[in-house]
Amino acid sequence: MALKGFETILAEHPVFKGFDHETLSLLAGCAKNERFRPGETIYNEGDTADKTYILREGDVAVEICCPEKEPIIIESLHGGDVLGFGWLVPPYRCMSHARAVSAVRAMSLDAQCMRGKCDENPALGYAMFQHWVPHLAVRFRALRLQLIDVYGCEVA
Amino acid sequence: MIPRRYRVVHVWPELDDVMSMELAPLDGPSPQFKPGQFNMIYPFGVGEAAISISGDMTDPGRLIHTTRAVGAVSSAITGLTKGDMVGIRGPFGSHWPIEDQTGREIVFVAGGLGLPPLRPAIYHALQNRKDYDGLTIIHGARSPDTLVYPEELTEWKSRFDTEVDVTVDHALPGWTGRVGVVTTCLDRALAGMDAVNVSAFVCGPEVMMRFSAQSLIAAGVPCDRIWVSMERNMKCAIGFCGHCQYGPDFVCRDGPVFRYDKIARRLGLKEI
Repeated sequence: MALKGFETILAEHPVFKGFDHETLSLLAGCAKNERFRPGETIYNEGDTADKTYILREGDVAVEICCPEKEPIIIESLHGGDVLGFGWLVPPYRCMSHARAVSAVRAMSLDAQCMRGKCDENPALGYAMFQHWVPHLAVRFRALRLQLIDVYGCEVA
Repeated sequence: MIPRRYRVVHVWPELDDVMSMELAPLDGPSPQFKPGQFNMIYPFGVGEAAISISGDMTDPGRLIHTTRAVGAVSSAITGLTKGDMVGIRGPFGSHWPIEDQTGREIVFVAGGLGLPPLRPAIYHALQNRKDYDGLTIIHGARSPDTLVYPEELTEWKSRFDTEVDVTVDHALPGWTGRVGVVTTCLDRALAGMDAVNVSAFVCGPEVMMRFSAQSLIAAGVPCDRIWVSMERNMKCAIGFCGHCQYGPDFVCRDGPVFRYDKIARRLGLKEI
């Protein structure tokens, strides 16, 4: 029953909805339910990126720490968003801090399990690449906009 | 071309460098304005600046402008106090065609100080809510302390018939709202709409408007149902002096509100 639930969640998610039933079933084998309390740290910068999360409910603040200052929230993620990309790129470390702002319910996918399945089956690896890259491109585009600080150059 | 005299009846701060003021006419009633139009405000002896009208068009007797202090004239305007007198020419320019969008899903996208020029159109949509299929207001700012009209945003959000999404580019712990650029909010809002039935009004920094329009079009919003408001240095406000020339158009006369498809190619050009 639990596996079927994971498959359904994956099938409804924009990153995974293009996969066939067999592949979704395979990936669901790497899935697990997770819960975080408000204020709870999900991961810290530099931690091993051993999971990626599909948020089902709740809000997460992605933070960067600055010396002698409060951390800056650079992004908030909400139900339906994907949290964590460090698992895709060696040395597989988390690139920021992530903290639950409200009660969070998520599905995690075990990174080693996912990478292992992709290594065993290059067609799956390529399909993963095709489905993740557009999602990453959207996030990078947003970060570029953030980087140029559009409101900083407003004149009136 | 001759300014009419107005008395400052009320001023209030919006942000550190942004203030709003209410003006009352001294030379007869205020002319009717349309949402998105601007006035040339003349603090006597300093110069004129083009400032969008940000009040309610059903109450033209209460002329409201929100101004950021960035130069000599706008600094003089933000330094005005109750009882001071200013000259006003206007209203000038094209307007948000909100009245022509009945039966459609309305999306306002305001970035930073793009909210004041949109506010008259938002007021109109709220006052005539039954005329529209849906109403969504998306507001992006640099950080939580730079949000303009925060009380009104809360008030609009409390309505059951209006969706309001506020996002900031970055925040400190304690902020529980959204963090991310305005386009991320827009993508999320559009996901639940029939994009073909959307009419969008976008106002803010030019880069933000360009990216927002791209997101709207990618979602399926017709490019002739998207309007943006351009900003250039305006002097005469009637298309004579050429200061605000924008390709074949003068922003003061042919704008500031343009249909997106009419200027889309120019928005991507360098140094225009």
